[in-house]
Order: sequence, then structure tokens, then C-alpha cells
Amino acid sequence: MSQAGKIARRTFLIGSATIVGGVAFGTYLAKRAIPNPLLQDLADGEAAITPYVKIEANGITLITPRADKGQGSYSIQASLIAEELDIDPVTATISPGMPGPAYFNSAVLQEGVPFPAYDQGAVAETMRSFMAVPAKIFQMQVTGGSSTVPDSYIKLRMAGAVARETLKEAAAQRAGVSRTELKTDAGRVILPDGTQISYVDLAADAATIDPITDVTLRDPSEWRLLGKVNAKRLDMVAKCTGTEIYGIDYAVEGMVYASVRANPGIGGDLLSFNASAAEAMRGVQKIVPIKHGVGVIADNTWRAFQAVNAIECEWSAGPYPASSIEMFDILEKAVDNEDMYDHRQRDEGDVSGALERGEVIEATYRIPYLAHAPLEPMNAIARVTNTACEIWTGTQIPLFIRNKAAQLTGLDEEQVFVYVQPMGGSFGHKLEMTHVEQAVELAMAVKGTPVKMTWSREEDMTHDYPRPAAVSRGRGKVADGKVDTFDLSVSQSALTPNWFGRLTGTTIPGPDATITTGSWDQPFDIPNYRVTGYRAPDMVPVSSWRSVGASGNGFFHDCFLDELIHAAGVDPLAERIRLCLDDASRKVLETVGDMSRWDGSTPGENRGRGVAFCMSFGVPVAQVIEVTKTDAGIKIDKVFCVVDSGPVLDPTNFEAQVFGGVIFGLGHAMNAELTYENHAPQQDNFHAYEGMRLYQTPVIEVKALSNASKIRGIGEPGVPPAAPALANAIFAATGQRIRELPLNKHINFV
Amino acid sequence: MKLTVNGTDHEVDVEPEMPLLWVLRDELGITGPKYGCGIAQCGACTVHIDGEAVRSCQLEIGDLDGVVTTIEGLGTRAALHVVQEAWIEHQVAQCGYCQSGQIMSAASFLDTNSRPTDDDIDDAMSANLCRCGTYPRIRAAVKSAAAKLNGT
Ligand code: FES
Ligand code: FES
Repeated sequence: MSQAGKIARRTFLIGSATIVGGVAFGTYLAKRAIPNPLLQDLADGEAAITPYVKIEANGITLITPRADKGQGSYSIQASLIAEELDIDPVTATISPGMPGPAYFNSAVLQEGVPFPAYDQGAVAETMRSFMAVPAKIFQMQVTGGSSTVPDSYIKLRMAGAVARETLKEAAAQRAGVSRTELKTDAGRVILPDGTQISYVDLAADAATIDPITDVTLRDPSEWRLLGKVNAKRLDMVAKCTGTEIYGIDYAVEGMVYASVRANPGIGGDLLSFNASAAEAMRGVQKIVPIKHGVGVIADNTWRAFQAVNAIECEWSAGPYPASSIEMFDILEKAVDNEDMYDHRQRDEGDVSGALERGEVIEATYRIPYLAHAPLEPMNAIARVTNTACEIWTGTQIPLFIRNKAAQLTGLDEEQVFVYVQPMGGSFGHKLEMTHVEQAVELAMAVKGTPVKMTWSREEDMTHDYPRPAAVSRGRGKVADGKVDTFDLSVSQSALTPNWFGRLTGTTIPGPDATITTGSWDQPFDIPNYRVTGYRAPDMVPVSSWRSVGASGNGFFHDCFLDELIHAAGVDPLAERIRLCLDDASRKVLETVGDMSRWDGSTPGENRGRGVAFCMSFGVPVAQVIEVTKTDAGIKIDKVFCVVDSGPVLDPTNFEAQVFGGVIFGLGHAMNAELTYENHAPQQDNFHAYEGMRLYQTPVIEVKALSNASKIRGIGEPGVPPAAPALANAIFAATGQRIRELPLNKHINFV
Repeated sequence: MKLTVNGTDHEVDVEPEMPLLWVLRDELGITGPKYGCGIAQCGACTVHIDGEAVRSCQLEIGDLDGVVTTIEGLGTRAALHVVQEAWIEHQVAQCGYCQSGQIMSAASFLDTNSRPTDDDIDDAMSANLCRCGTYPRIRAAVKSAAAKLNGT
């Protein structure tokens, strides 16, 4: 890792800046040091060696700032540090740490540059490294965009290595020997004569010397923890014994319980309410009007649920169209409407000219709004006093929460403490903080008392900021058994500006790339190739949903490509391979063909096989799905999935993440939508929003390649190809081309 | 109101309509059983009453008749239940939020059917929702646990 270079003295982040690859990043940091959140609460004699490792008298703490929402990020971050630090991560305390600007995430914004991820030319790479600067400006301690591994891969190992060498130096000085003569193992420095000194013992000495920053990372062949198939997640036993404490389980001495009801038309007001019945209910302590709604503080969550439901509320209409029919009408009118033009990041050949002549194939696709619906409903505990605001919650955005809580309470940001708790899933839901704001509002009404606010499932599903609905129109042509012209238009309300505006009160200028992410940036070479994004007006406020823009664009792009390939009369896999211009992506397609013993899209009577490809977050993923048409409906027999995200650090968890992505993609493609009536979703619990259950789950085979040059995260890229692979398989089995999700509006599944 | 949970007797002063789930979680601080839906759709709240799997969000405390076991009482870090062992061996959990319920459902199912077919497993476990998509490993873990119970 020579590119890692040297780490500048005392400011590890300067080093990490050069690791991510940008001169500008390093220069910027040199001008303005970031306060180190760990230095504030250390006692004398404790050494804060880097912001990711803390060694105290009672042991070693590894700080893993990227939140764990179920994807195993605590485990992987801890293993990255421990690999170089030479400790068994089981012996350390793993803590998400307090939010602080030193933990900004430089990778999360990197895919926002105007270069497709397979373009690793100098200009594109320089742009990506520059993106680390805005990440810091926005102080994004954000977990998202499958960015944990790319962000941490070098940074955390460097943190471990710097810590190890500095501890060795401390031991060397104490023993009067040279550092090069020393070894480390299991949290100890070993002297030439075999004497062992524990890291804890050396902490005070280490604090007094300059950190050793001239370190070289170990070669992957020397790894003890990373890349091992038998690696166990550090949180597994707790999660299998009911002892993992999620945000919803956390308890603070003296806390009371609460729930809220906000206007079901998100953003609408509460005009009036009558709480007399609720006030008289057992355990109810206080009725508190909040922004857009009303809350109940009680002595038990269930009593709070009952009471808040007993309040009669009069709501104003939600500030967007009332029904799905009206919303889709707006989306459809926005496609190819020049007034709604947002961006065109791909325009090759002469698409307009090609479409003027000969037979044009045209198709319109639709995807619905989708709830995130992690199994743990939104919750937060808040305690507000005149001098502090403390918040305990599972979140991907602790710094945004800190800033917002400071605004709400009138306290300084330094007086707000956010303690990040493990999350029972997120899928993007916990990139939002409305529930935390509500908890703070309630806590302000009972100053000094901690309030645990929990959303009922119904409140959660109807106040989710969903994945945006979208409409896409494809036009294309085939010639001589080849795809010749591919023109895709996508219309959607803006996503990133909507989310960012909600969080910060400021807007992001310029186009919204998420409208076409997952379609404009695919590694194909088609003679006439164009993708255009149209920005429909804001409607339901929307948010990122596992795989974000690619969740819909993967479906639009690949299904329409499949239509053209079938029209050209050629093999769906062979034509995708022929069109592919990226080596790693082509290998992924070829491998999924080998794995599935691909020999055409109709393997037998009533059987169909679909292939789909999507590169998202820089990760090429190909899936082949096999289905059988039965009298009762479509049965998914098998899924083959090939992924290339670079070196795999934790193979067991990697496979689990891909399983999860495929199932998430399939379950929603088959069964799930939010439809609106009277400004509110009609689905308010899991009976009406099923996703996938075990009986529908196919056998899934996963294979990882590592031809890609960069290491990338895998939480999201498994999702986008699932829906198109299934729709393409259904077409192969039945001749029915379904262009609208969920598919069960048009066909039954067994 | 009296109840026995994981071998310990408790007395709580609550209305008889309160679901067992909320008595466990908010009155007794036993948080292994989770709230996911409140309407018998997800299974996150599953506990055993006299060994049988029950959705604790649906059982009013006034109707409780029997001894309650939660995930905390099924097995512990030091003395894992066979199903928990299988879950760890197969590294089933992702976020883990559904897994208390999954494990409680699987344990009671295997009690009544220790040689399940694939269809039996699908039937028995489909009432438990997992939003993270751990189903392939749940299937594998149930099979491992069954094999262990049969000594094979
Ligand atoms: S909370 Fe009881 S079944 Fe969902
Ligand atoms: S592991 Fe997350 S819901 Fe099942």
C-alpha cells in the first residue's frame, strides 16, 4: 500500500486523506484541523492514540463510527483495526463513539461525481478525491451508499498500525531497546527476552510520545482475521440469545414512555384535537402537541399507543396530490417533458436521428413508492435539561441529529450528546430523524425526565419517507441481430435535495443524479445510447431506500434492454456480454452464465430463465433467475448471483449481505407497494406490505469475483438486478412482459 | 397479576388487556421479545407458554395461563439451546431484530416435529418475518438443529 504514504504528525486524518487519494484533501485538512472527539473525555494518563483506538486502564476500545444497522459494520470495522493492532477483537470494547466531525465519511459522496464508477481514469479519480472535501464540509458522519468498507479499508487498518507501532515505541523506550526488536501479539508488546507488556500498561507512556506514523500495512497474505471464511460476527451470540440491546430496548433510569401521531399527510398540520378521552386513560401523564401532530407521555409504551390513538385529531390536507392515480399522472406527464428536464449524463451516437427512421420499439415502465419498514420501528430516548440534551437512538446520521437537537433546544452543539445504538435494520430509514425531533420535543415538555418515544408500526409505515415512485419510457431499435439504439427517459421527484433539505434546511443546487443512477452509468457500448432524467415536482417527501436510484433504474434499464435483445432475436446473456465494455463486468456476466449452465432463456416447458445486470456503487452484479409457471402461479426456483466488489474481507457476512439484497429486491418487486389515498399510504402494517417470506424464498447461489480494482461495500448492490432478472424470467416462461412493479399486480406467485 | 417468566415469579399491577409483550418489555424489563407489528404478522414477539410458541403481542395478560419462557430463558451464552447453537454456527442474524422470535418459533416447532421436511420448515417458519432476508440460513440452521436433536 505505498499509495497510503505517510501520515502527518498528530493529525491522522491528513494521512487518511492522502490514502483516499487526493492531494486537495490533504492540503485542506492541513489548513484546518478537526477537533478530535476522543480527547475531550480522557482522564490523565490515558492515551488517545488515534480517533479509532482508545486504551484505558480498563482495556481497549475500538471506535467504529459507521453505524451498524444489521450489515455487520461494527464487526468489520473492529476487525480492520484489530488486524493491525494485534488484538483479538473479542477482548475489546466496540463503541460507535460520540459523533464528531473527525468521523466524516469520505466515501459516501464519492459516487456523486459525473463519471460512471467503472471509469477510473485520472480525471475521474481526482474528482472522487475532491469529493472528500464537501463530505467534510457537510460533516457527514453518515452511514450509507455501501460506503463503510471503502471508507474504512485503509483508514482503520492505518489506525491500528499507528497504534501498534506507537505502543511498541513506548515499550522500546521503557526497556531501552530498539523498536525494531519488538513484536506484538494479543494486546501485548513482546521484548527480545520474552517479557510481555500489555498495551494497557503502556498507555500512559504512549500518550507522551509522538505517534509513529511511518507505518506499512500488512500484506493480505499475512492477515489473521480479515478474509477468513470462519470469521464470526462479534454480535452474533448476543443476537441469538436476546441480549443485544437495540435502541428500542435501551433503558435510562427514571424514563417514561411515549408515542406520537402526526398528520398522515406528511407535512400537513394538526388543526385541532380533543384529548379528553386520552387524558383519562390509565398511566397517561401528559398530552404534548408537537410539530404536525400530538404525543402522549405515559408510564408504558402500550398505554401510550392506546392513548394516542384515542385522541381525536383534525388534520389539514397533506401538501401533495391526494392519490397514487394523480401522482402517476404527474410522473407520466414529466417524462420527455422539456420543462422538467434535469440531466443527461449519457448521450452517444445519434439517438434522435436513429429514432426517426424504421421500426421503433417503445415501452413505459412504472415503479411504486416503497416503505423501508425495518423490523424495529423508529424510536429514540431523549433527556433535556437546561444544560444538556442527551439522545439514545439507532441512527445513520448522528451529526445531523446533534445539530437539529441543538436548534430545537437552543443549546450549543457541544451540549448535545448522541449515543448511537444498534439498529434492528434500516434500509435507509434511519437516514431520517423526524422521530428524534419528536422525542426531543416531548422531552422538552418534561425537562429532566428521559422520554422513550416509540412509533407504532402503523405510525412508522405511514410516516416513512419512501423510495420515490418513478416512470420510465424506453425507445430503441435493433438491427442485424444487435441492439442498435437505446434511449431511456426517467421521471421522478428529486430525492437527494429533498432529503438534504429536510435534514439541514438548505438545498443542494444542480441536478439530482439519483433520478438516473443505475441506468446512465452502465458499462455498455451501444451505438446510439442516451439516458435522460426528468425531475417531476416534489410530491410525497422521499428518501434513500436500499440501493437508492439503482433500485428502480436497474429495473428500467435492464428490462428494456432485455426487450430489445429479444426483439433482435439473440441470446440475452450473449448480447449483454457483447455489449459490455468493462472487463470486470464482463467477467461477472460470463461467470453467472457458467454457474447457471446458461443455454438460452427457455430451459424447458413452462420454465423460464432471466438474466439481469446492474452496476451500482461501483459493483457489477449479474443475476440469473429460473422460474416455473405452475397452475397456481410463478414459482422462483433458483437465483444465481455473481458480484465483484474487490477483495472480500468477511466471506460469511458477504454472502449474507448478498442473500439479503437479492431477497429484498425480489420480495418488494413481487409483493410490495405503498399506494396513496387522501394523502396517506393505504398500507399501514405487514399484512398489507409483505416483502418476502420464507416459503417464497428461492435457493440462492452467490459467487464473489475480485477482478475489480477497488474494494467496495456490498450492502446494496445485490438489490437492483433482482427485479429485472425476475421480470425477464417471467417473460421467458410466459411471454408476458410485465412493466410495472409490484409484479403481483399482473401475475400470481406461489 | 402474577406470572412466571423464565423460572422467576413476578407480580405486576396492570390492566388485564395489556398484551404480555408489553408486560415483559416495559413492566419487567425483559427485552428479548421484540415489538415489530403488534398484529400477529411478524413473529418478533414470540415466546413460549408451557413450551408452545405464542405471539406475545396478541395474548392479553389477563388470559395468560401457563409458564412463560422468553429467548433469555431458552438458553444463555454459557448454556446455549440447540437451536441457538445452530443459529450461531450458520451465522444467521443480520440486524438480528427478528431472531428472538425466529429462534423461539423454531425451538417449539422442532419440539413437535424433530424430522421436518423442507416443506414443514417453510410452513412452520413463514409466519416469522425477516426484513433483512436471513431465510436461506434460517432453513439451514433449522435443519442442523433437527439433525443434532436426532443425534445424526
Ligand atoms: S409484534 Fe407480535 S407478531 Fe409482530
Ligand atoms: S435479521 Fe433483521 S429482521 Fe431478521
